[in-house]
Amino acid sequence: MAGYAFLLIVVMTLIAYAIGRVTAGRLRRTPEGASMHSLPVYHGAFVAAWVGIPALILLLLWLFLQGTVVDRLIIGSLPPSMVEGMDSSQVELTLSEIKNVAAGRVFSEPTPDIRVAAERYAQWQAIARWAMVAVAFAVMVVAFGIARSKLAVRFRARNNFELILSALMIFCSLVAILTTLGIVVSLLFEAARFFAMVPFSEFLFGLRWEPQIALRPDQIAGAGAFGAIPVFTGTILIATIAMLVATPIGLFTAIYLVEYANDTVRKIVKPIMEILAGVPTVVYGFFAVLTVAPAMREFGGTLGVSVSPNSALAAGAVMGIMIIPFISSLSDDALNAVPRTMRDGSLALGATPGETMTKVLLRAALPGIVGGVLLGVSRAIGETMIVVMAAGLIASLTINPLDSVTTVTVQIVTLLIGDTEFDSPKTLAAFALGLVLFIATLALNVVALQVVRRYREQYD
Amino acid sequence: MADVAIPRPIDWSTAEAVSRRRRRHAADRRLQLYGMGAITLAIGLLGILIVSLISTGYTAFVQTMVTIDFPISAENVDPEDPARGNYRAVVQAGLDELFPDVKGPDRRALGQILTNNTQFMVRDAVVADPSVIGGTLKLSIPASDPFDQLNKGTIPRDVPESERRVSDQQIEWFDQLEADGRVSTPFNWGLFFNADSRFPELAGLAGAIVGSFYALLVCFLISFPIGIAAAVYLEEFAPKNRWTDLIEVNINNLAAVPSIVFGLLGLAVFLNFFGLPRSAPLVGGMVLALMTLPTIIIVTRASLKAVPPSIREGALGVGASAHQVITHHVLPLALPGIMTGTIIGLAQALGETAPLLLVGMNAFITSPPGGILDASTALPTQVFIWADSPERGFVALTSAGILVLLGFLIIMNSIAIFLRQRLEKTW
Repeated sequence: MAGYAFLLIVVMTLIAYAIGRVTAGRLRRTPEGASMHSLPVYHGAFVAAWVGIPALILLLLWLFLQGTVVDRLIIGSLPPSMVEGMDSSQVELTLSEIKNVAAGRVFSEPTPDIRVAAERYAQWQAIARWAMVAVAFAVMVVAFGIARSKLAVRFRARNNFELILSALMIFCSLVAILTTLGIVVSLLFEAARFFAMVPFSEFLFGLRWEPQIALRPDQIAGAGAFGAIPVFTGTILIATIAMLVATPIGLFTAIYLVEYANDTVRKIVKPIMEILAGVPTVVYGFFAVLTVAPAMREFGGTLGVSVSPNSALAAGAVMGIMIIPFISSLSDDALNAVPRTMRDGSLALGATPGETMTKVLLRAALPGIVGGVLLGVSRAIGETMIVVMAAGLIASLTINPLDSVTTVTVQIVTLLIGDTEFDSPKTLAAFALGLVLFIATLALNVVALQVVRRYREQYD
Repeated sequence: MADVAIPRPIDWSTAEAVSRRRRRHAADRRLQLYGMGAITLAIGLLGILIVSLISTGYTAFVQTMVTIDFPISAENVDPEDPARGNYRAVVQAGLDELFPDVKGPDRRALGQILTNNTQFMVRDAVVADPSVIGGTLKLSIPASDPFDQLNKGTIPRDVPESERRVSDQQIEWFDQLEADGRVSTPFNWGLFFNADSRFPELAGLAGAIVGSFYALLVCFLISFPIGIAAAVYLEEFAPKNRWTDLIEVNINNLAAVPSIVFGLLGLAVFLNFFGLPRSAPLVGGMVLALMTLPTIIIVTRASLKAVPPSIREGALGVGASAHQVITHHVLPLALPGIMTGTIIGLAQALGETAPLLLVGMNAFITSPPGGILDASTALPTQVFIWADSPERGFVALTSAGILVLLGFLIIMNSIAIFLRQRLEKTW
């Protein structure tokens, strides 16, 4: 139905454009038409915009809200004896049963109440769909009437249309703000619900993380503990390993490319770095599981050290490989941004290229490199797939890189994968972790950009 | 003038100077070596990554097939209603003809050589061509995973019988089939045309490819127009004030937000608040669009900046309005750059996994989705699902899936590079 409604809007908009254009063309051929303000194209576009845009907005709003509104109405129409004493998950269950019955998927004989509600649901859905098309059509007809009546020889159709265009562009540039707002509000909202169940101090300072709690009273599971310290240390451990791998390799690569490499080497190495940067993280994750972790286990075995099959070392090392191109390209930029005169001055005084690099270029580029490393750290703690596949699930409080640890992102994914209920602390804990992750990466990014910016001002 | 001190010439050839010079040059060479070592290491790691994927994945591109003549007797299959025949008996009869000596419970073990879905494949072939009823039907059936692996040599034969999934007896039967010339290993078209399955010999990427296509389509349809409109406004029309500064900082920060946070946004807002269907490419595409948007905005702004001001001034000079300058002149000139950036952004979106996991695009779906509202997987999530599956055959399939995914990424990036070199102008 929504598809047809979209089609209807497109067709009506095209018709409106044609009518507007023809009408304007006719106006132009009248005696006073020579002094017409806008070309007929703009008259057509003006009418089309009036017809299409409001109807489109209405349709999108309708589609977004119809489900929720109809659900509320259905729940409201259930006999009070049924809804009484139900918590929200039971209501959800009843609702999905009603929907299943309405869609003809009957697994067991439903109660008469459900059957009546299902019939009502199907009926209301149909009404809502037809109402949507009818209302959209009415809006388009009214808008067409208004826009059409405005067309005249002296009507500034172009200016009006450009005004609409500007408004649309401003709205589009607000989408970025809306996204950030959406992230902040949804994280804060769900995290607040979590902190209503679990005290804030326990989450931040607790030493035990066992989120697998019983969903039903008869289920056997842990009592649940939401102390996130082990998760945070695991994240920091893996990110540290990753940066220990990525920073030297990335930095030395950049040094070589800037100071020693000729054009041929640069032409070969740069695309390879881009390939490393473009490999999806799920591929790195599988690489860690398939090759790196078994290799490390075997190597540890020959040394007589027991390495966990999903050790922090394997996950961190592979994550480091992923971050190498990031560090190398940012360091490369920072080193290249040092004014040529400084390097020439150093070489002219007789310094070797190596001395020029370590004593002049690296020092001058240090803020940029530090900024790049900070951005790398923010990537490392936000990276998900590698650790989901290669790191552990159990939160153990250790800094031994050969042990299995878990990270914030691993916990978010494991808590939210599969069907989720939005009123259990287990699900909401993921949002609390997400909030911490968002704040941490945001802070790192802001600091990194600040460092880079301050440095740029120094030389420009 | 007379009291200017003339520096004494320095003797560079003293032993001390020579050794100092040697030390300095050695330090220089050391730095150079470290750099070369770092680059070699990075390239070597990429090499190991690719080699390990290809060496485990290439076997999944072929599939062991067993060709068997199934007698389709009218007794088992009613010509009036071929869909409801007793195909279990048909399959058994086909095997009995080949191995008349096998009796009793061994017949079950014999049947395990073929994939679990053999009877349904025979049924579909008979339904498609009912004229074979009463005759025999020659059909190539995929061997089940243990025998597929055995034939490809992934499972060594010298492992003790108790430690492998196939018995010596079954291997003997399989070898006999091979001696009869009934075993072949053609290209595995099922990898591209089958949807997911719990049996590795039947699992394919069709559902994932279609799901990824729908999600990218939604992503493109949302992020491309919005991204261009936002970039044009910010670059060409927006006044420089606190508001536009805020928007700019915001876009740069969004580009660095971890992808999983976008997944949380999709879960909380699109699924929970708006009640959109779980696992649907529509929701996945919307989340990917929000992630791709900053990339497209940043790239579009760079392309718009690259159009020389003389073009704008020329158009303004002949009387074009500010909007006409942009839509008639600047945007068409910037379009190749915008397209290049968009394709690179979409390639990134294609490889994104974490946000799709959170909106449920890792469902187990055995048929390709029919639309953007059907439950579906995507290529990277399919890889993730397979990587988690215990059967031996899924290791090869995961690598093969990754190779297919990388293939798509290479194609998209090549198109982007081609566009950049062919169409992009430098002034």
